[in-house]
Amino acid sequence: MYDLSKVVVTSSPHIKADDDTRSLMLDVLLALLPALCVAVYTFGPRALVLTVISMVACAVFETIYNKIVKHPNTIGDLSCFVTGMLIAFNVPVAASWWMVVFGALFGIIIVKMLFGGLGKNFMNPALGARAFMMASWAGMMTTWTQPHASLPLFGTVTVTDAISTATPLAAMKNGALPDASLTELLLGQTGGVIGETSALALLAGGVYLLWRKVITINIPAAYILTVAVLTFLFPMGDVPRVQWMLSQVLSGGLMLGAIFMATDYVTSPVTAKGQIIFGVGCGLLTVFIRYFGGLPEGVSYSILIMNTLVWAIDKATHPRKFGYALDKKKEAQ
Amino acid sequence: MVYSFRGGIHPGTHADPGYKAATNTKPIEKLALPDEVILPVSMHIGAPAKPIVSVGDTVDLGQPIAEAGGFVSAPVHATVSGKVKAIEPRLHPNGSKVLSIVIENDGEDRLHESVHPYDFASMSNEERIECIRSAGIVGHGGATFPTHVKIQSGIGKCDTVIINAAECEPYITSDHRLLLERPEEVIGGLKMLADIMGVQNAIIAVEENKSDAFPGIEKLIADDPRLKLYPLKCKYPQGAEKQLINACTGREVPSGKLPADAGCAVFNVDTAGAVYRRFTTGMPVIRRIVTVSGSAVAEPKNLEVRIGTQVEKLIDACGGFKEPPNKLLMGGPMMGVAQFSLEIPIFKGTNAFLAFCGEEDKCVADPQCIRCGKCIAACPMHLLPMYMNVYGKQDDLDNSVECGMLDCIECGSCAYVCPARIPLVAQFRLTKGKIQAKRAADKAKADAEKAKAEAEKAAADEKK
Repeated sequence: MYDLSKVVVTSSPHIKADDDTRSLMLDVLLALLPALCVAVYTFGPRALVLTVISMVACAVFETIYNKIVKHPNTIGDLSCFVTGMLIAFNVPVAASWWMVVFGALFGIIIVKMLFGGLGKNFMNPALGARAFMMASWAGMMTTWTQPHASLPLFGTVTVTDAISTATPLAAMKNGALPDASLTELLLGQTGGVIGETSALALLAGGVYLLWRKVITINIPAAYILTVAVLTFLFPMGDVPRVQWMLSQVLSGGLMLGAIFMATDYVTSPVTAKGQIIFGVGCGLLTVFIRYFGGLPEGVSYSILIMNTLVWAIDKATHPRKFGYALDKKKEAQ
Repeated sequence: MVYSFRGGIHPGTHADPGYKAATNTKPIEKLALPDEVILPVSMHIGAPAKPIVSVGDTVDLGQPIAEAGGFVSAPVHATVSGKVKAIEPRLHPNGSKVLSIVIENDGEDRLHESVHPYDFASMSNEERIECIRSAGIVGHGGATFPTHVKIQSGIGKCDTVIINAAECEPYITSDHRLLLERPEEVIGGLKMLADIMGVQNAIIAVEENKSDAFPGIEKLIADDPRLKLYPLKCKYPQGAEKQLINACTGREVPSGKLPADAGCAVFNVDTAGAVYRRFTTGMPVIRRIVTVSGSAVAEPKNLEVRIGTQVEKLIDACGGFKEPPNKLLMGGPMMGVAQFSLEIPIFKGTNAFLAFCGEEDKCVADPQCIRCGKCIAACPMHLLPMYMNVYGKQDDLDNSVECGMLDCIECGSCAYVCPARIPLVAQFRLTKGKIQAKRAADKAKADAEKAKAEAEKAAADEKK
């Protein structure tokens, strides 16, 4: 006789893939590491301090929320750490640590947990936090320091003219090419928020996510291509088209947004067709805001606006079910 | 060219795709005859067979012991010679107790007089189909649909016969070994099926991981221009009937219709082998090749066993369990049925018995959908499993049907890839049951109203 005391009876399937929510989130964190390294190199250790504070704050707020509503803690799925990292990536290095903590509070509690936690929120928590900080501390959110300026680890930064700079997009807002060369844009040696400056590091992370099949190419490709085509067709002012297009694509938050924020599972469409529509929509809005809006950059608002349309896009892009085209053809005959 | 379909998954690891390495090089071993066999009267889809022997009767190998209970049904034959010990309900792999004929083996393997070779070439088509029917041949891939019904309903509608040798379920290698060791049975059966169905296009479709069997097959099909070998991409569920037809012919079986409506008849490898054995030796369905594998099995094997053999005997032959198992499966890990006993018999559709002791199942307590969309990309029917789950949970039956609930083939691809480990297939089965119940209730209500209206009308007419 054999010992069958441990045998359980369940519904099929009886095997599952190795990837789970935690491993996917871990992959996203790994994919963000190159950009973090460039940020620390470019903006100094203060960038790392802000990132760590943001990640810890997100985990603490999620834990507190779960304690209050008597839920098992959910920080083990690592999604709050991704949010934390992205919140820090979306603030200038001169920002105060307490602003980042407020951002984390808003992103985790208001945008994510009050809607039911991971999977239920309709807006990207990090972008929600960014919008909140933009509205509350617009000055601090638009204070740019030069790369390699020496800043204190924690304390308040007094931005003098000596270390102040403009972002490449601010220059382009007026129809002029940015001071930064394409190489500088690729390597992130410009002004900007912590995580957005190096297009190359972000692309490397994107390639990793594609290789690990964490994301599909639909959203980033549709998003970036839309921006590229529009800026190529309609250059502002009298500038060479190709250089204008490349500068537009490589500056600002486009790479960070297209690869890491617009692809957020929870707040993007689930069908391939829907993902392409979503990406194109983000691209259109981004160029509209960059060209005609009051702000030099439009990536975060574009994605937030498209986030609100995800449900409708999903509904409108049901794939053709197997075995249904034939019926329609027959009916038509 | 390699044939495939859109969607699907790749179970297994990089080193061991499809988890088949444990048995795909193990030759088929004949299991010693069991002391008794348990033969349920339901080893097929359709009406149960009716016993035609009594307790105490002596039966011979291959003797019919239960006759078909209707057109969609199949007879049952003695798989050993000996004495009928009992005719009583016994535990069936479906989890309930089913009337079964228990035969005590006398070890003689005395052939019944009805078992003799047939001259296929000189038989009429009706005789051939009757010969298949009376052999109790059913779909050996697991669905166990009576083969003669499939043939009869397909003649005239089908222009293509496909032998399903995809064997896409992980762990299972019984079809692989059959193709490698006895390809003449399968190809012989394919030729016969093509003759009976009168088709000019007879395909044997095999997943590429069985390419070591290709030379043997190619040699056998060389002389007949009707026969073709189609290599298939290794992907689950490549062997699902609709996906296989789509891969081989580009056709889609319309929703709610049968393969014959797409002009195809699909037979399992071992079904073709059973047809060949029936005509060349006269032997009805008495044996089956079963892969015994899984992390709990000491020595995984491919065993040739008599139908009705208790699973425990197979486990014995494989050296027992390494560790106490936590999951017992009749069939593959994707669509197999979980078992709680080893007393169940091997039946006509059993291609594998698996026992797991590790963390294969990976269940979690409170799964949360993160809307990753992996289920949608994996669905071979191009449905929306994620939304089917959401609507199913809310009992929003209409929307769940809109998202594809009734087209779901329960292959489990969505639940396999789900990083949140949501038990999607379990939810779909629940919701499908509710939809059926609701439709039945609606119909009953409509019928009752109609009857009431008619009665009122009749009463009014009478008054006039």
